Amino acid sequence: MTVSKNGISSQTSDRHTLSVLVSYNLNALSRIIGIFSGKGFHIDSISFGSEKESDLARITITTHGDEQIIEQITKQLHKIIDVVTVTDLTYERFVERELALIKVTATRSSRSEIMQIAQVFRAKVIDISPGKLSIEVTGNRDKINAFIGMLDPFGIDEISRTGSVALKREFEGSV
Amino acid sequence: MAQPKTEPAEHKNKNQATNTPDTAVLNGAEILINTLKDVNVDTIFGYPGGAVLPIYDSLFDEHDINHVLIRHEQAGAHAADGYARATGKAGVVLVTSGPGGTNTVTGIATAAMDSIPMVVFTGQVPTDMIGNDAFQEADIVGITRPITKHNYLVKDVSNLEQVIREAFHVATSGRPGPVLVDLPKDMIKSEAHYSGLKKVSIPSYKPTREGHSTQVSKAAQMLSNAKKPLIYAGGGVILGEAWEELTAMAERLNIPVTTTLMGLGGFPESKPQSLGMLGMHGTYYANMATTECDVLLAAGARFDDRVTGRLDGFSPHSKKIHIDIDPSNIGKNVPVEVPIVGDVKNVLSAIDQQASKPDTTDWWNTIEDWKKNHPLKVPKSEGLIKPQRMIERISEVTNGEAIVVTDVGQHQMWAAQHYTFNHPRSFLSSGGLGTMGYGFPAAMGAAFGCPDRPIVCITGDGGFQMTAYELATAVEYEVPVKIAIMNNECLGMVRQWQELFYNKRYSHSILKKGNPDFVKLAESYGAVGYRASNDEEMDDILEKAMKINDRPVVMDFRVEARENCYPMVPSGAALNEMVEGPE
Repeated sequence: MTVSKNGISSQTSDRHTLSVLVSYNLNALSRIIGIFSGKGFHIDSISFGSEKESDLARITITTHGDEQIIEQITKQLHKIIDVVTVTDLTYERFVERELALIKVTATRSSRSEIMQIAQVFRAKVIDISPGKLSIEVTGNRDKINAFIGMLDPFGIDEISRTGSVALKREFEGSV
Repeated sequence: MAQPKTEPAEHKNKNQATNTPDTAVLNGAEILINTLKDVNVDTIFGYPGGAVLPIYDSLFDEHDINHVLIRHEQAGAHAADGYARATGKAGVVLVTSGPGGTNTVTGIATAAMDSIPMVVFTGQVPTDMIGNDAFQEADIVGITRPITKHNYLVKDVSNLEQVIREAFHVATSGRPGPVLVDLPKDMIKSEAHYSGLKKVSIPSYKPTREGHSTQVSKAAQMLSNAKKPLIYAGGGVILGEAWEELTAMAERLNIPVTTTLMGLGGFPESKPQSLGMLGMHGTYYANMATTECDVLLAAGARFDDRVTGRLDGFSPHSKKIHIDIDPSNIGKNVPVEVPIVGDVKNVLSAIDQQASKPDTTDWWNTIEDWKKNHPLKVPKSEGLIKPQRMIERISEVTNGEAIVVTDVGQHQMWAAQHYTFNHPRSFLSSGGLGTMGYGFPAAMGAAFGCPDRPIVCITGDGGFQMTAYELATAVEYEVPVKIAIMNNECLGMVRQWQELFYNKRYSHSILKKGNPDFVKLAESYGAVGYRASNDEEMDDILEKAMKINDRPVVMDFRVEARENCYPMVPSGAALNEMVEGPE
């Protein structure tokens, strides 16, 4: 995995978003991660949460590699007994979101400027103290990276961001 | 050979569950045994311990399942593996928790690499103690995750029966492999309803069995139009029981067949279409045919690096057809024109139905020239036995009818080259993991599965010593395995590489000083021990050994240590850059 200092993956050109439907159990999640570590594939981000049916979970994995590697990843994932489907959303229209919590230094003079920036990104201030602001932002990876880039000059203390979660679009034009 | 039996029970069989109606409420141990019988398990290789005592208590009165007490859990897994390879059924292992489980790891990994169906039951500490570093606790599910096809930790006794049935289904279907079931002690003691329900359905697991019809037609077309076709058959032909289809097709279309190490016996080597084995120690003609062919049909083979040599030099002029039940094997190492996911058996017969006989006259002329000018060589002995001759002699004495089980190293490659394999499930060897110590316990496992076939374990003085303690088991159960030690007083293949690539610096590969007297070792266990140092003695002890039917025989063959295994493709070289050996 190529990660810059802010936890931003520098790989974008051959980035793939895989949506994997599995039986809801931790052995399945471990096996999936094991495929990546055991075979030297990359995980740029991974998120795991329940699906509509409670015995299933949807795992969204973002990864990168050439066509042959992505094909192997898809096939190897599909080989896992608990895996129901593997969809490479990269070949579909899909919506994708990440969530980031960012704690930034905010002095009396910079606070309103930071809040204006947050407004532009439709981010929410969720904690405030005399010297700090904690901000919640959702969006695709580029938007979050851009937001982090805008806040960087003010002095970022901590970042906590989720992996990407994604769903296939139903028809063109939906939000 | 004596079948293993527990002592006849003096008291009334308390495991009345065996033939109980479907409504029975049983404890976990009884559910396990009943389900094993339901899925036709007749033999278990096991070792008792605290965590599995309830199961052993139930086994005390059990007469339908033979429990074989192995002497080390690694050997138990290898024995189950040998049993599976020889019979086609899943091998079953039962061990205690912690160290019992971890000792099976090498055996499980060996089976995983060669796609061998196996179900391993490990004891586990009670569920409320899992995670507390309890005595003999190990996260065996975590440890074996990368080396099993699937594994389970049973957390609710009412799921136990379902889990066991799934385990056998997963282990034996699709691309076979080992499955581990971890059984916490409270799960095998507590009770649940036993349904006897036979059906297993795992919605997320549906292996593709039929090949795609368009791809099948394309493959048939390509073969029909080929000038220089070649079939490269792997272990999948044996696992998928496709040997008859393969033989029928190769004979009808008159296409040469080369097999991998794992594919040996999948095509009869006595047939004129056979080119023997390809790869690192394959025949000259198999490797040249692979390099020169224009259509390469890979059947149940995975383009392993020991087969391909340098990838960019592997079969550079051919269009490739690849049949495999595991889609992830296709295109993994070598790009192919026609990928076909499916059962080798189904796909081969589908292709055979559509293909017409190509004109291969020129191709066969070339191959016959290679065969004539570059045969495998058996050097003349000068005193000590030549290893190649030893294998040839075993092949003659057993008439090519034995199940040959090898360890790993020079003797393994010589056995692959010089024994004439005409039947499937007759060459058992750790191809993928290359596990030393595999041979003897696997041979023993094969003997339990096929008591009527002669079993020869061809091993080295190094490999045999890794699991020689199993002589105790073989003696106890009167297993008449013939153990042929190719004794060159060193780790032969390591020594060969050190000679060729490390300037003859034989760093820690010479075993001479510490080797036991193998004859006395055998005798101390109650087995028969023989030694031969020349061809005459060899013939004599082989003849005597083949007549012994009630105990293992250890034959210490003193062979020429400086002999190297050729032909050889040095690693990093292409197949056609093989070295045929010194003149």
